[in-house]
Amino acid sequence: MAWQSLGVVRALICGAGIAALFATGAAAEEFIAFKIDNNESIANSLTGKPGDPARGREVAINRKQGNCLACHKLPIPEQPFHGEIGPDLSMIGDTYSAGELRLRVVNPKIVNPDTFMPAFYRPYGLHRVMKNFQGKTILTAQQVEDVVAYLTTLK
Amino acid sequence: MRRTVLAAVAASGLIVMLAGTALTEESNWGAYQVNDKRSGYTYAAAETRAIQDDDFENPAMLWVDTGGELWNTVEGEAGKACASCHEDAAETMAEVGATYPVYYEPRGKLINIEQRINLCRTENMKAKAWKWESRELLSMTAFVRNQARGKPVAVKIDGPAAPFYEKGKEFYNQRRGQLDMACKSCHEDNAGNMIRANLLSQGQSNGFPTYRLKWQKVGSLHRRFRGCNKQVRATPYKAGSDEYVNLELFLANRGQGLPVETPAVRN
Repeated sequence: MAWQSLGVVRALICGAGIAALFATGAAAEEFIAFKIDNNESIANSLTGKPGDPARGREVAINRKQGNCLACHKLPIPEQPFHGEIGPDLSMIGDTYSAGELRLRVVNPKIVNPDTFMPAFYRPYGLHRVMKNFQGKTILTAQQVEDVVAYLTTLK
Repeated sequence: MRRTVLAAVAASGLIVMLAGTALTEESNWGAYQVNDKRSGYTYAAAETRAIQDDDFENPAMLWVDTGGELWNTVEGEAGKACASCHEDAAETMAEVGATYPVYYEPRGKLINIEQRINLCRTENMKAKAWKWESRELLSMTAFVRNQARGKPVAVKIDGPAAPFYEKGKEFYNQRRGQLDMACKSCHEDNAGNMIRANLLSQGQSNGFPTYRLKWQKVGSLHRRFRGCNKQVRATPYKAGSDEYVNLELFLANRGQGLPVETPAVRN
């Protein structure tokens, strides 16, 4: 089991004195611990519920949420500008399983420490986070699930 | 004789054609590119570049003009203007814009142009320091730096400046904010790539203070730093902070050799 496993994540959160509650904002909710398998995948839904691909598509577009389009090309023709920083995700559901996609949205640095991509579900280990965002994740656990559900449809 | 003339005409025609070909290539940016260093000018839209190219069109020249008036304005208890000591800025300020920030012995750290101006005001003119981002400080900084327009950036990073340069470099490479990105992430690793609707530049500093179309006014380099920091959801430092002045030296050296463009026009 990886160091990011359930027990360690809990210990980190409590140790950092952040406690379990993240007060306000877009991702204002209790941080949900998760288990990483072989540094490759997070098999289970963070929330225990399936994601909604249509909502995930909206999160990917929204500049204050996923903003996936900032860096990636996606099959979202009604949006005029798609970034060139990350890989084209048009067929990403063919390349990775849901669990592998979940890990990459939650914290891609586990797979590639040098990646440009932010960890969308990691409220710790960051430098000089603005007050409004301190202790918060970029996406809520359910938004992560929605994005994962959307990405798995891209085949 | 006639044959020689014809040959010469043909040859010069060929040269014109070759030059024409070269000019249509994107890589030919003249002074705005030095080896792999590219001014923000080379990433700007043609319309934006055209505004910068024409001093009568460039709205930032209003700030430069104001700076020129302030240069001759007596202020403070010592009854002096900048010109009282420094006389003709075209001569006395010819290098400043290309060589700052510098190590300043009495303070044991770096100072940039804004801070040098305010030191002169408080210590020599016995006048009040201008506030950061005030019309006056922006105008005087733009005016002073404009005196070095076209000169290659040539800062010193050795000797007593060395440890501050290293701190600036560390800042540049440090990931920060909720988005966990460093200056380097965008401007070193991804210059030339689109980030949604925006083209990422190398983030060169040679045109500051610069007129940003987004701001609809002239702004300082430190204002731009604060904006970048906030965009990655990091707590910005204060304008004029040691952290930003150190970063300013690192950036100037990163663009060493690029011409001072102040006042540039950018998105």
